[in-house]
Amino acid sequence: MGVAVATEGLTRTFGAVTAVDHITFHIEEGEVFGLLGPNGAGKTTMVRLLNALILPTSGSATVFGKSVLQQGDSVRSMTGVLTESPNLYERLSARRNLTFFGRLYGVPEADLKSRVDRTLTWLGLADRADDLAGTFSKGMKQRLALARALLHDPPLLFLDEPTSGLDPSAAREVDTLIAELSRERGRTVLLCTHNLVEAQRLCDRVGVLANGRMIACGSVQELAQRLWSSMAVEIDLLVPPPPDLGEILGAIPGLSMVTVEGTRIEVRVNTREQVPEAVSAIVGAGGQVLRVVPREHTLEEIYFALQKEERS
Amino acid sequence: MNWRRIRAIAEKDLDEVRKNRIAVVSSTILAVVFSIILPVIMTQAMVLEGGTSSDNITSLIPPALQEEMGSLTSQQQPVVLFLGYLLAPLFLILPLILASVIAAEAFVGEKERKTLEALLHTPATDAEMFTAKVVASAVPAVLYAWGNFVVYTVVVNVASYPIMQRIWFPTPIWLPIMFWIVPAIALMGTAATVLISSKVSTFMEAYQASGGLVVVVLGLLVAQISGILFLSPLIAIVVGSFLFAADAFLIWFGIEVFSRERLVTRM
Repeated sequence: MGVAVATEGLTRTFGAVTAVDHITFHIEEGEVFGLLGPNGAGKTTMVRLLNALILPTSGSATVFGKSVLQQGDSVRSMTGVLTESPNLYERLSARRNLTFFGRLYGVPEADLKSRVDRTLTWLGLADRADDLAGTFSKGMKQRLALARALLHDPPLLFLDEPTSGLDPSAAREVDTLIAELSRERGRTVLLCTHNLVEAQRLCDRVGVLANGRMIACGSVQELAQRLWSSMAVEIDLLVPPPPDLGEILGAIPGLSMVTVEGTRIEVRVNTREQVPEAVSAIVGAGGQVLRVVPREHTLEEIYFALQKEERS
Repeated sequence: MNWRRIRAIAEKDLDEVRKNRIAVVSSTILAVVFSIILPVIMTQAMVLEGGTSSDNITSLIPPALQEEMGSLTSQQQPVVLFLGYLLAPLFLILPLILASVIAAEAFVGEKERKTLEALLHTPATDAEMFTAKVVASAVPAVLYAWGNFVVYTVVVNVASYPIMQRIWFPTPIWLPIMFWIVPAIALMGTAATVLISSKVSTFMEAYQASGGLVVVVLGLLVAQISGILFLSPLIAIVVGSFLFAADAFLIWFGIEVFSRERLVTRM
């Protein structure tokens, strides 16, 4: 797999405001990369820079090897964008919206009608294809905007809040679609979202922005390891543990028993790989293990810890 | 330049304009008033009135026309003067208004309805988007003026036939006006609205601001009536050339305004 997106010291200022501040990161081909951060952190500016809508004040960025500075039109032909609001032509039908954008993205005229029909069917809008987009519900508009981003089958998708305003069932459908695009079709996705649960479920890696800077970048595990040196594992036993279990576990490097409450013990390990080792030690000491639950840090915990760290 | 993209954007803009009630109603009213109501009222007034004093008419006629008018009856003179000469510059309001309305819809409407960002994210270049929107505004305005000219020609000849007893319209001045000044004025309406669009945020603001261009047409009308500038075919070609030069200047500024970077940062 190659690199889909790469930036080097990417910076954009608007007057005295630095919206994107010396950001260097990359996205692998086929990866779902989450861009997280509060409002005004620089997510939308980053998408506009990467899709060559605006030029960087300094630094550089490439999309599939093409420079956003010199080859902006080529870059935009390889991307599909779902903007934060659907931005549809509401006085035109769903079909007319897609036909229009299909032509702009160079979908051959001979394939255009079938491509539009197929995409509308895929997004569950076939029965409303000839209705004006302005008559659609918020969720349907979002799906039509997603159809517009997918119509020309681009290798890179910029999705800005794709499930915003959708009911839980529609949001789940969109999430499934994004996962399918990445895992089954090899598409690269840059997902800007405030929904941390969604980001944790979908993203291979995330970048956290604050005040235009990328304060952290990596997988959820990598970020958790950076923030916390150990993780907690809850272990339920059939009967209370033997009294010397604490000493036995404490003798294993990077592992310690924290609490015992009846038949439940909490063990701290430095890495996930030490969980089986802890279980094995408990069984070796005569413990009868019923259930093991590693309490991994959620993206939400990581996100707020990073934002707190940034503020301090 | 990718002409498929240009055509797609222009067709989409026209689709949207057709659904804009203000654009449709105003262009229909103007067409009916200028091409049908004015010539019918004028000719029927002369039929009912039975003519007007020759002295009065002669005093209105620019010297260059007096010889031609001399061979007409007192009933024919006002018909030829008003419908054949004085109304000619006023007819330029038609392409000017329509071009301004479409350009306001195409340039400011996208911003107002928040559809512009999706368009800017496509591979269409700045030049393609600008060209498409200028074509979508100026070409229909010219065709609209020409269509109205055809209707006006038929209505004037039919309605004035009882007085003129012959097909006399169009007079020579109309051809350079229609085929030289009309395209120039349609481009002017478009280019000026593009510039205005960078300063306003709603279709109505752009529509109202571009309405100020009517002053150009009214200036020609006043010059014509007062005899300061009688629009002969040669003068019409000179006026058209000046307007085209002004268009080139306005379009150059318009291209400067219409850059992705500038549009995005002002959204």
